[in-house]
Amino acid sequence: MLSPVILIPAVLNGLMAGAVYALVALGLTLIYGVLHIINFAHGALLTAAMFAAFFAFTLLGVDPYLAAFLLGPLFFAIGYALQRFIIGPAAHGEDRNFLLVTLGLAIVIENALLYFFRADTRTINLPYAFDVIEIGPAFVAMPRIIAFGAVIAVAAALWTIMRWTDTGKAIRAVAKEKLGAELCGINVAHIYAITFGLGTACVAVAACLLIPTYYVNPTAGEAFVLIAFTIVVLGGMGSIAGALIGGLCVGVVESFSSIFLGESLGQIGIFIMFIVVLLARPSGLFGARP
Amino acid sequence: MKTYWPIVLVVVLLAIVPFVTTSNVVLNFLITTLLIALVGQGWNLLGGYGGQYSFGHAAFFGTAAYTTAILQVQYGINAWLGLFAGIFAGSLVGAVIGVLCFRSGLRGSYFSLVTLAFAEVLRIFSSVTPITGAGVGTLIKLDLRPEAFQFQSRVPFYWIVLTLVALSLVTVRAAENSRFGAYLVAIRENEDAASALGINTFAVKLAAITLSAAITGAAGCFYAQYFLFIDAAIAYGPWISIDALLAPIVGGAGTLFASLLGALVIKALGEATKLLSGDAPGLDLVIYGLVLIAVVGLAPRGVAGVLTALFRRPFRAQPEGDNG
Repeated sequence: MLSPVILIPAVLNGLMAGAVYALVALGLTLIYGVLHIINFAHGALLTAAMFAAFFAFTLLGVDPYLAAFLLGPLFFAIGYALQRFIIGPAAHGEDRNFLLVTLGLAIVIENALLYFFRADTRTINLPYAFDVIEIGPAFVAMPRIIAFGAVIAVAAALWTIMRWTDTGKAIRAVAKEKLGAELCGINVAHIYAITFGLGTACVAVAACLLIPTYYVNPTAGEAFVLIAFTIVVLGGMGSIAGALIGGLCVGVVESFSSIFLGESLGQIGIFIMFIVVLLARPSGLFGARP
Repeated sequence: MKTYWPIVLVVVLLAIVPFVTTSNVVLNFLITTLLIALVGQGWNLLGGYGGQYSFGHAAFFGTAAYTTAILQVQYGINAWLGLFAGIFAGSLVGAVIGVLCFRSGLRGSYFSLVTLAFAEVLRIFSSVTPITGAGVGTLIKLDLRPEAFQFQSRVPFYWIVLTLVALSLVTVRAAENSRFGAYLVAIRENEDAASALGINTFAVKLAAITLSAAITGAAGCFYAQYFLFIDAAIAYGPWISIDALLAPIVGGAGTLFASLLGALVIKALGEATKLLSGDAPGLDLVIYGLVLIAVVGLAPRGVAGVLTALFRRPFRAQPEGDNG
């Protein structure tokens, strides 16, 4: 019943969509891996970044793909400041408080956006957004291919930072043994904030990749949060490779479940997968932590 | 043994209100406040006393609300029976989620996430299945008879929600005085230690989530009868899960009156912002979010903690920067 003509485009489109999910999840898993907290504000930050990319294009005429180079550093700074001056001090180092503070932050960001920009859904028109490239029997949209490439590049960059720089070494040290790292003279609050900044920068880049083909409204990012959680859980909390592979898997699952269940039920496939994975294997497919 | 006198006092004080004023504005404010207090009291039992932070109490609220509404609209069943059926359905969902989560040993953030996912699944599902009215929602027919759990005036509704809140307060106080309550607090403080001491943590947590779901479910049924309309976004929307945890946390999670106190504070704040900002969407929720961050950051034991600190040592010099 499933001919390759349907199958191959479904897989390809799933992979391309999954790449952006993976990038959102990458930020989340990075923050989880080091701070051991679940960042509930992730989706709201994504929405904020999408608005930033939207206005960069409509007001300043900056191409979203170029805007990524501006918004990445900007959101790194925002993320750094949020963790250093709001989340960290307010949470008193307790897991539950981190959850609540980031939840509060998410409510604030989302509703501030709602207050300023109302619930209108906005889209941008890029001249080349509808270009397609033929791959075998499938036609894949240009923006998705760019996004796929960009995600691989960001993941590689992140991996390089984590592997080869002193900061990366410090981040890994803090993730492994916080107290030990502190005793070695590493400023833990600073490293936490840098990690949060890196995670937020991932989200900013993801937003720039999304905006050419997606819409933005004050709750646009929400749709990606649970997907990102699913990926993080699937790939194992804190695992960068897990997030990448998990993201691609989830993209394909979503693509298939919307073929079989229809658009509106398509997302249910993801949630059910999320619940099943968490119940059956909370450590994820690649994670070692219980 | 903690006494029941404070509950009697608070309930009597609240019961006097309709004799003082029958203003619809005041009663409406108090009814919605008590509704949130009820929703939050369910959360408080599980989250405040048991330390299991659910982010998906909407699952119980919505299921109960839909059950009452659907039984009346589709099957012509009496609304009062619907109330009990709704509470039962809500607690059943609680038990199922509890079995699934606690069997697989989900704790902390994982538990929060899974409860959130359950509520989302139910929301998406109820927005497409025909029995819930799909995207249109379910409208309960106007039938202003007490037998149908509908009243012309707001006063009877006020009595009913107050009764429900009073029952929830008594339930929680009874739990506080029982072994069950002590086990629950032990699990919150250190689950492994509790388990090592021979407490059947699975059974205790399961009982807690079921009871918690029943209390929040009662609020859902009341919501359906009071507003006579329910749809997927109201029933299972994140707003109810957020109110459920915000009220007791602002009030001081794990204390008897946490939810009531918190609901009063956040509702009053919400009304004040509405007055100041007009009907601009979102601003009241911005304030909610800021309050949540501020409470967690500055007064981790909530309003109750601040009050006890104020009353306990009025004559002692308070050290600088102590927030109780």
